[in-house]
Amino acid sequence: MMEIVSRPHVNNFIEWSKDKPEVVVLTADLSNSCEVGKWRDTYPDRFFPMGMAEQNMMGMAAGMAKEGFTPFIHTFAVFIYRRPYDQLAMSIAYPNLKVRMMGFLPGIVTPGGVTHQAIEDVAIMRATPNMTIFDTGDATEVESVLDLAQAVDGPVYVRFLRGDMPRLFPKDEPMVFNRARVLSEGEDLTILTSSIVTEEALRAVSVLKSRGISVKHLHVSTLKPFTDPTVLGAIKGSKNGVITMENHSIVGGLGSAVSELMAEHAIGKPLIRLGLKDMYAHGASKNYLMKEYELDAISLVKGVEKLLNVSLNITEEDLETVRIEDANSSSKVEAL
Amino acid sequence: MKAEIKWTEEVKRVAAKIRLRGFQYVMENNGGYLSQICSSAEMLAYLYIRGMNLGPSTAPMIPEPFKGVPGEGRPYISGADYNGPKGPELDRFIFSPAHYALPLYVALIEAGRMSPEGLAEFNQDGSTVELISAEHSPGAEVTSGSLAQALSVAGGIALARRLKGDSGTTWVMMSDGEFQEGQTWEAVQALANYKLDNIKVIVDVNEQQCDGPMESVMAIGSLEDKLNAFGAYAVDVDGHDIEAFDRLAKTDTGGKPLFILARTNPTQGVELMETKRPTLHYLRFSSQEEKDGFQKAYDAMAKEV
Repeated sequence: MMEIVSRPHVNNFIEWSKDKPEVVVLTADLSNSCEVGKWRDTYPDRFFPMGMAEQNMMGMAAGMAKEGFTPFIHTFAVFIYRRPYDQLAMSIAYPNLKVRMMGFLPGIVTPGGVTHQAIEDVAIMRATPNMTIFDTGDATEVESVLDLAQAVDGPVYVRFLRGDMPRLFPKDEPMVFNRARVLSEGEDLTILTSSIVTEEALRAVSVLKSRGISVKHLHVSTLKPFTDPTVLGAIKGSKNGVITMENHSIVGGLGSAVSELMAEHAIGKPLIRLGLKDMYAHGASKNYLMKEYELDAISLVKGVEKLLNVSLNITEEDLETVRIEDANSSSKVEAL
Repeated sequence: MKAEIKWTEEVKRVAAKIRLRGFQYVMENNGGYLSQICSSAEMLAYLYIRGMNLGPSTAPMIPEPFKGVPGEGRPYISGADYNGPKGPELDRFIFSPAHYALPLYVALIEAGRMSPEGLAEFNQDGSTVELISAEHSPGAEVTSGSLAQALSVAGGIALARRLKGDSGTTWVMMSDGEFQEGQTWEAVQALANYKLDNIKVIVDVNEQQCDGPMESVMAIGSLEDKLNAFGAYAVDVDGHDIEAFDRLAKTDTGGKPLFILARTNPTQGVELMETKRPTLHYLRFSSQEEKDGFQKAYDAMAKEV
């Protein structure tokens, strides 16, 4: 049974910040929602609420970064890249300032609906020069992404998970910059997943393997830069093609990055991109939306059937028996 | 008292030279941002000669060519070097209205921080002396061409400097058009909330914007009333009265950020500009006859200064 970790960021971030006086936190009225309420109480002199005013928050963060502090902005991802994009681009990204943007509620993890769902953030941030992008997939990555972010000499955007989440990867195997995790070895096809989708893919891959399909499965957590030789090798080594599945629009995210890589390396294999099909989502539970928008294990199985042109007769029940854990039973009702 | 007289005379002299050199450039260039030069000559002269406590420039007198944009591992020139080194007790200058780049460069020349030859690089390909300043342009620390962003950055600098115990002031120059942007009010709200009285803002209130008089485009009402209501310490003054700037700069604001609202005349010193109303943002000559008239006005000014 997979370990479920509740709100790992709360104490991990406090502990991590202890010997880093340069780390300051800026929020926009979502401190508790972004799990830094206790951080605020622990380090009140380094915590700066900016109110519901994200444009100014970006500039204030830029100014503090210019003076040697490393601001960790904590707010919902949509309020980082949508409303204050000009400020993000001109005040932070252009001067290559060390601002760390912790974007909560990536993709369709929230019942908050279209206004709260960051579904094109990776596309926009990938197109932003100087930006580094991390996409966390479990508790270990939520914990270890802080060191990775702090080591970057420039702005960083992190798709951050909150609340209850699985620990898919051992605590002693932290995230590595620009290096995918190889979760399964095989040659029939290569599956690349990121964010919360990796948990779904793990279940699908386990059943696929039991049906004799040889799957190479990679979890990708660095989305920019996208120059990981592990990823390129996995694509090259696949006999029948590649499937990407991401908690994001199929335009501009992981699937697009993989397609660019394949085109640039003249890898003439089929690619199936699973994700939001160039459409907005709506407010509902994560599990409901993952099913509706085909981001769940059965959707990946269908993608594999399509790619390999086979019928595997795998049912929801087959996948249910290997269910790792219903990691999000409480997050559905969690307040915004 | 003698020293007091001396600084006012020096600032007035520099302001007159900023206006003259700016006018000269606009004539040679067959047009340009003359109204911004007319309105801001006194405030720029005041800032560089009297208001700001800056060290000597650490940048070359003739600006270096553009070397590239900021990025990991790439060399980058900062226009802030023209404002001297950074130090806890020294002031900082954050220049917000990037379309006032020409008046800024001219002010640097008249303040002895840039060579007159540097102006020949203005708006030339491959130069850092760009038409709209970016942070590699002389005198500019922030890339502020998307207007109303610099006040927030200055706020972050002022907040950080307070945390570090710096005694220096962070000065900001703005234009009144920037008060149409919502971000400006978010920034004022934050400056007031954090009681950042180590920031001093001087605003060129010339009531002009790109499309014409602000009153005809988007009236903003009383900046003084609005800013004070937001918790700032804002006072309207004659925008060419350098002694009024100085009185305000030395006022104890009781923890509030200072806004010197310099109500300027966009034709100050060049009365012929009155014939160009209502379009003052960028001077374009409609005929040779008109240009000749401006040339006469320039020649007359050159004799006086």
